[in-house]
Amino acid sequence: MIEVVLVLTLPLVGAAVLALIGERDYAPEVNVAASLCTFVAAAALTARVISSGPMLVLDRLFFVDPFNVFLVALTAFVGFTTSLFSRPYMRIERAHGRLSTGRLRLYHSMYQLFNFTMLLALLTNNMGILWVALEGATLATVLLVSLYRTPASLEAAWKYFILCGVGIAQALFGTILLYFAAEKVLGAGGGALLWTELNSVKGDLEPTVLSLAFVFLLVGYGTKVGLVPLHNWLPDAHAEGPTPVSAVLSGLLLNVALYAVVRCKVLVEASAQTSFAKELMMGFGLLSVVVAAFLLSRQKDIKRLFAYSSIEHMGIITFAFGMGGPVANFAGMLHMTVHSLTKSAIFFAVGHATQKAGTQLIDGIRGLITLSPMIGWALALGALAILGMPPFGVFASEFLILTTAIRDQPWATPFLLIALGIAFAAVFSKVQPMVFGETNAQRLPERPALIPVFVHLGLVLMLGLWIPPYLAEWYRQAARLIG
Amino acid sequence: MAGVPLYAQFINLLAAILLLLAFAMLAQRRVLTLIDLFAAQGLALAISTGVVAYGTSQPHLYFSTVLTFALKVILLPWILHRLIRRLDVRWEFEGLINIPTTMLIGIVLVVFSFNLALPISQLASTVTRSTLGIAMASVMLSFLMMITRRKAIPQVIGFLAMENGLFFAATSATYGMPMVVELGIALDVLVGMLILGVFFFQIREQFDSLDLRHLEKLKEPDQ
Repeated sequence: MIEVVLVLTLPLVGAAVLALIGERDYAPEVNVAASLCTFVAAAALTARVISSGPMLVLDRLFFVDPFNVFLVALTAFVGFTTSLFSRPYMRIERAHGRLSTGRLRLYHSMYQLFNFTMLLALLTNNMGILWVALEGATLATVLLVSLYRTPASLEAAWKYFILCGVGIAQALFGTILLYFAAEKVLGAGGGALLWTELNSVKGDLEPTVLSLAFVFLLVGYGTKVGLVPLHNWLPDAHAEGPTPVSAVLSGLLLNVALYAVVRCKVLVEASAQTSFAKELMMGFGLLSVVVAAFLLSRQKDIKRLFAYSSIEHMGIITFAFGMGGPVANFAGMLHMTVHSLTKSAIFFAVGHATQKAGTQLIDGIRGLITLSPMIGWALALGALAILGMPPFGVFASEFLILTTAIRDQPWATPFLLIALGIAFAAVFSKVQPMVFGETNAQRLPERPALIPVFVHLGLVLMLGLWIPPYLAEWYRQAARLIG
Repeated sequence: MAGVPLYAQFINLLAAILLLLAFAMLAQRRVLTLIDLFAAQGLALAISTGVVAYGTSQPHLYFSTVLTFALKVILLPWILHRLIRRLDVRWEFEGLINIPTTMLIGIVLVVFSFNLALPISQLASTVTRSTLGIAMASVMLSFLMMITRRKAIPQVIGFLAMENGLFFAATSATYGMPMVVELGIALDVLVGMLILGVFFFQIREQFDSLDLRHLEKLKEPDQ
C-alpha cells in the first residue's frame, strides 16, 4: 500500500517543488531526482506485486494487477530516462535562447504533473477517475506543447486541446453510460464505477447500453491514442513541442490511453457476447496502420515522421488487442513495451540530431555519423528497431501479431504486411541519408545524453532475444485477464 | 401527464429550457450575449439538479447543485467576462455556415439524438429518463457550435456548453455520478478554463487576433 501512495505522491511533490525552483541551475537535476524516486517506488511496487500478487488498496480506490503493473513500471522508467535526456537537452535549448527562465519552471513542473496524471490513470480502480486523470494529462501537455510560444506551437497546442477535449468529452459520455448500466446491477454510489466491481458482474451488464458506451469510449480515448481518423492533433503536437515531451507523448501517453480502451473492452465483450468491440478495435487499428504507413513517405519534418510511425504502431497494438486471445494480447503488451522504449530512444536521438543540424527538416539533417558517430548510430539502430528488424523486440511482437492474424483473421494479413513494407521503405530511405552522407552538423554546448538511448535500445534488443520469466508470466496473466 | 410527479414535470420543463438555450447559443453572434446564455444554461442545470435532489431525496446531489451554481453560473462566466474585457473583443464573428442552415442541421441532430437515446431511456428506472434525449441533443448542438465557429472564445463556450449537456445526461439518467468523480470533473473544467485564459493571451500576442484562421498553417506537406 505504501508503495502505491509513494508512486503517486512523489511526482506530485516533485511538481510542487519544481513549480517553486524550476528555473534554478540545478532544477534539471531535481527533476531527475524526483523521477528517479518515482521509478524506485514503482520498482518497489512491482517487486511487491511479484511476491504477493494483485492488490486492492485504500478502500478499493486503487488496484494493481499484472496488466497495469508492467505499464506503471514502464511509465516510471521512461519518465526517469526522459528526465535524464531532458537535462542536457533543455540546457542546450536555453543556451540557444529558445526558452526563458519562467518557461523552464513551467516545463519542469508540468513534466512531473504529467507523470503524476499518467500514473494515477494507470493505478486508479475508478473509471471516472481514469477519465479525470487522462483529461488532466491533456491539460498538462497542452502547456508543454505550446512551450516555445511560436505561432506553430500555439496552433499545435490549440488543436491538441480542442480535439482531445472534444474526444475526451465523448469518453465522459461513455463513462456516464457505463455507470448507468452498472448502477442497475451494483446499486448507486461509488462502487458502481470501480473496475474490479464491474469486472465481477460484467456478464450481467445491459448489452445495448454497454455497446453504445463502448463506441463513445473508443472514440473518446481513441482520440488520445491517435487512431485514424482522430489522429490529427498527434503529428502537430509531437513536432512543435520540445523533444522530451514528444518522447513521453509517444512512449507513454498513447499507451495509457490505449490501456483505458482495453479496460473498457474487457467489460463490453463479456456483457455483449458479440464480437462488436473486437471488430471495432480491429477496424480502427488496421485503418491507422494503413493510413499512417502511406503518410510516412510524405513527411518532411523528422519529428512528424516518427509521430506518424507512432500512429502506425498504436494501430498495430489496437489491432492485436482487438483480435484478443492469449497470444495476440501477449504480443500486444510486448509491443506496447518495446514500442514505448524504442520510440522514446529515437526521440532522444532525434532531439540531439535536430539541435546539431539546427533544423527539424529531414533535408537539413545530413551525415550525423561523421561528426557525432554515437547520435548517428543511435538514430540508425533505433530506426531499424522500430521498423521491426530482428533481433530487436519489435520484430518478436510484430511476428507474433502477424502469425496470429494469419490464423485468426487472414483477411487482415495482406493489409498489415503491405503497410509494414511501405513503412519500412519510407522510414529507411529517409533515415539513411540523415545518418550517412555529407555532414552539416555543429557542435553542441553541452554533452548529449546518450546513455538513455542505448539503455532503451539494449532493453529492446534483450526483449527480442530473451524475455525475463517473470515478465513473460505477467504478460501471460494479463493476457488471460483481458481475454 | 397523469401519474408523473410534479417535480418530474418541472424537470422536463427545465430540460426544454436547456435545449432552447442550446439553440439560442447556436444562433447567437455576439460574444457577451453568448456568455450570458451560457450562464443561463448553467442556472437551468443547477436548478434541475436541485429539483432532482429534492424530488428523489439524493442528498449528494445538493452538493453538485451548489458546485454547478458556483462554477457555471458565477465563476466561469466571470472569468470569461474578465477575459473579454482584458482582450477587448466585443461584437463580431460570423459562423462558417449561415444561421438558418445551422438551425436546420441542429434540428436534424435533435431528432437523431432522440432516436439514439430511445433504447436507453426505456431501460432507465429514474423518473427523469425522458430527458436523456434532450441531454444528448444539447451535447450534439454544442458540438455543432464548436464546428461552425471560427473564433477562439465561442469555440471554448461551445466546449463548456457540451460539458453542461454531459452533466445533465449524468443527472437525468443516473441521478449524478459518484461524488469523487464529479469533483474531479469540476476541477478539470476549471483548470482547463484557466489554461485557456492564458492561452488566449498567447494567441493574441502572436497573431494580434483571436481568429482561428491564423491557426491553419500546420498541414500535411503537398507532394
